Amino acid sequence: MDVVIGLEVHVQLNRLKTKLFCSCPLDYHGREPNTHVCPVCLGLPGAMPVINREAVRSAIKVALALNAEINPVMRFDRKNYFYPDLPKGFQISQYDMPLAWGGYVTIETESGEKRVTLKRIHMEEDPGKLSYKGSITTAKYSLIDYNRSGAPLLEIVTEPVLRSPKEARTFLNTLRIILEYLDVFDGDLEGAMRVDANISIAGGGRVEIKNISSFKGVERALAYEITRQKNLMRRGRKIERETRHFDEANSITVSLRSKEEEQDYRYFPEPDLVPIYTSEFVDDVKDALPEMPWEKRERLIKQYSLSLEKAKILVLDPKMADYFERVAKEIDPRVAASWIVDVLRGELNYRDMSFSEGERRLNSDELVELLTYFLKGRITEKGVVEVIRTKLDHGGSVEEIIQSKGLFSIPQDEIDRLCREAIEKNPKAVEDYRAGKKQAANFLVGYVMKMTEGRADPGETARKIREILEEIS
Amino acid sequence: MITVREWKERLNEGKAYDAVAELIERAKRNRYNSFITVTEEIALKQAEEYDRGNREGKLAGIPVAVKDNISTEGVRTTCASRMLENYIPPFDAHVVERLKQEGAIIIGKTNMDEFGMGTTTETSYFGVVKNPKDEERVAGGSSGGSASAIAGNETVLALGTDTGGSIRCPSSFTGVYGLKPTYGLVSRYGLVAYANSLEQIGPMASAIDDLGLLLEVIAGKDERDSTNAGKSFHYSPVEKKFRIGVIKEMRADERVMEVFDEFTRSISKFAEVEEVSLPSLSYALPAYYVIAMSEASSNLARYDGVRYGHSLESLDSWTNYFSRVRKEGFGKEVKRRIMMGSYALSAGYFGKYYLKALKVRTLVVQDFMRAFERFDLLISPTMPSTAFRIGELADPVTMYMADINTTPINLAGLPALSMPAGEVNGLPVGVQVIGNHFEENKILGFGRMVERNEV
Repeated sequence: MDVVIGLEVHVQLNRLKTKLFCSCPLDYHGREPNTHVCPVCLGLPGAMPVINREAVRSAIKVALALNAEINPVMRFDRKNYFYPDLPKGFQISQYDMPLAWGGYVTIETESGEKRVTLKRIHMEEDPGKLSYKGSITTAKYSLIDYNRSGAPLLEIVTEPVLRSPKEARTFLNTLRIILEYLDVFDGDLEGAMRVDANISIAGGGRVEIKNISSFKGVERALAYEITRQKNLMRRGRKIERETRHFDEANSITVSLRSKEEEQDYRYFPEPDLVPIYTSEFVDDVKDALPEMPWEKRERLIKQYSLSLEKAKILVLDPKMADYFERVAKEIDPRVAASWIVDVLRGELNYRDMSFSEGERRLNSDELVELLTYFLKGRITEKGVVEVIRTKLDHGGSVEEIIQSKGLFSIPQDEIDRLCREAIEKNPKAVEDYRAGKKQAANFLVGYVMKMTEGRADPGETARKIREILEEIS
Repeated sequence: MITVREWKERLNEGKAYDAVAELIERAKRNRYNSFITVTEEIALKQAEEYDRGNREGKLAGIPVAVKDNISTEGVRTTCASRMLENYIPPFDAHVVERLKQEGAIIIGKTNMDEFGMGTTTETSYFGVVKNPKDEERVAGGSSGGSASAIAGNETVLALGTDTGGSIRCPSSFTGVYGLKPTYGLVSRYGLVAYANSLEQIGPMASAIDDLGLLLEVIAGKDERDSTNAGKSFHYSPVEKKFRIGVIKEMRADERVMEVFDEFTRSISKFAEVEEVSLPSLSYALPAYYVIAMSEASSNLARYDGVRYGHSLESLDSWTNYFSRVRKEGFGKEVKRRIMMGSYALSAGYFGKYYLKALKVRTLVVQDFMRAFERFDLLISPTMPSTAFRIGELADPVTMYMADINTTPINLAGLPALSMPAGEVNGLPVGVQVIGNHFEENKILGFGRMVERNEV
């Protein structure tokens, strides 16, 4: 059956310093509620919005990177509706003169590259946030935190061109990477990206699933919806056009309102703001566009002789690619890439840890230090892995961890010296060996192991001891 | 009425404290119901400062009354609505900051139609304002309290706001001077919005020079209002042989027309006067009301009793809570305008009403621009009649019709003055003088010539 999916992605431009229409700081995450507010974002009588020009620059950056056509003149409109988290009774958004039309994102699917075309991109302000003491159903009242009110959002709307929940998730991942490259977005922050998904199956009405807050959630909600709709169709029921809500805890969707109950937002131009002529921003922004993932991938392959596979993974996160390049300055790039891609990333995924969190726990200088020991033979491969794990889980300095865990391998000349010492101090064992009791050598190996507190390689030591014994016989 | 010059003479003769205390006493007696709040403590303290020698600023020692839809930090700002009966803003409007910087003595917050929605100040939650010229009659609206405070010797200067005539109408009815500045000349930051694209804060006084002085203080750049033109205003009235156009479409009742015609005859002594027709004006009033109500319906959505304003003890589902707060907090006229504005913006009606109104607006602007190619200034009677009896305007449409000569000015964003030009049965008649954008100095210059010639 044919499945058609379109997404409306709300992206918070959370790398900006201030909100969209006032100068309140955006770093409200984890702060006391209602401390990052002012008359403008609280909607007090008489307060007026003033556009944050940096937000316009960021938005234009995104539109350019997504190959969209930027409107020469854009305008803000009021979207009128009542909700307790909306302090003015309307949201300042864009209606018929948005930031940009069209554009596309290229994603990788199982059957090759696919171009996901976009309908439009517009700017708007975030509302506040409701929270409940206990659960939403049992709480006697709701609490409102306006710290988020007025945060700058971009709404990116795709054409209905996605064909599966997995494609939807891949699109979101790809979009996230692009936004992080542009340095306008930090996907790790709570509420950074929220998605409304539209889905229809051939012959059925379009169903909208509102406000899904994780990529995994999008995939699950869509998968659930496909099953639900197919089951209904199998039983001969019609799929009505409606809006549904995704219940994240139970991974199901529930009906919110039918088509007849659709709201009338009474859009009209925001009279307190003037139209924005985008041409005065575009050239500047164009010049300042950073290297994009696909460009970086090609450069890494060329500059560091990396394989396509390694380069592809490194560019998934600009922080990881930067990290790699710092390490590659000191260490053979291919060795560095392999440790970062195969080991470090694996350990992070295992811990469900973001790269930036991983970077905080093991910075690039520390990895250089660690790999240098490895390349000089001072520590084994297993030892490197152990240090990485310890750094991620408990912290500490690289050297201290190696010391305290006794991971430094013993230098070869020290092993040689101990082997000789073992032979000198144990003439009985040497005699036995010569007499044909080959296992007597094990006693000598045991001596070396004891003296090195088990750090010597037993096989290697046994070989050495036999070698000396043969030599002096 | 007290001019700034007269007031300054009094300050030279005695203590500012005594002079201000006398005004405050009158304001507190509130014979005309001009004031919603009298800021006695603040005003007397400022007067003391003046007496102590702190006399910096263009308005040093001069009392100014502020309309109660202009935010004053720490002083309640009610918009004459039950909804904001106890609302105390945490910040000053731009114009209030300017008043304070220039040493003005703010003596109180004046009564008005609720949220500026009315032509008679009868929609105030705090009761009607009486006209000092005849206490059986209204002082006009919506800045009725500012006008009666000047006419009743309760202040020297006042700030009003004008969305569709709200400075000029009460000026006309009470015989004072009031100027609606060019849209964008005075920052609206801190003005509680009724219809953002139409309104301006403006000066009200008892002489032309006083309007110029007060406008010089409140006009100018303010980055917090994106529609602010960033221009300052320097009062230097232009006096010359003006080409004056008398707008054919702007009429009044017979008695008012007699006064107005007499006015046009007498100014011909120093000006060229000719009739001019602006045909689009016949659509201006409905277009004005569609735009004003549409914007109002959205502006007033924020009053939900959650963060500030009228609220309820008992909680309920939020939809019920909002509707009860709004049912109790808003008066009848405000509700009417919210409903009509919501209707005009609704799907299916938007094109029929709102977009059409915007088209009319463009036509009105074009008509005015054409007229200003031939004329320096345009004149008309400010109001189609003298002040109404209290309670006389029973139905809303009749009240809306009273704004027929004033609303086109707001659609076009032009500056316009109302100045006294005579009387009918002891009731003042105002003449409206309209200039091109940012040509306040021509309007005021003409006003001075009229004053001097005692037309």
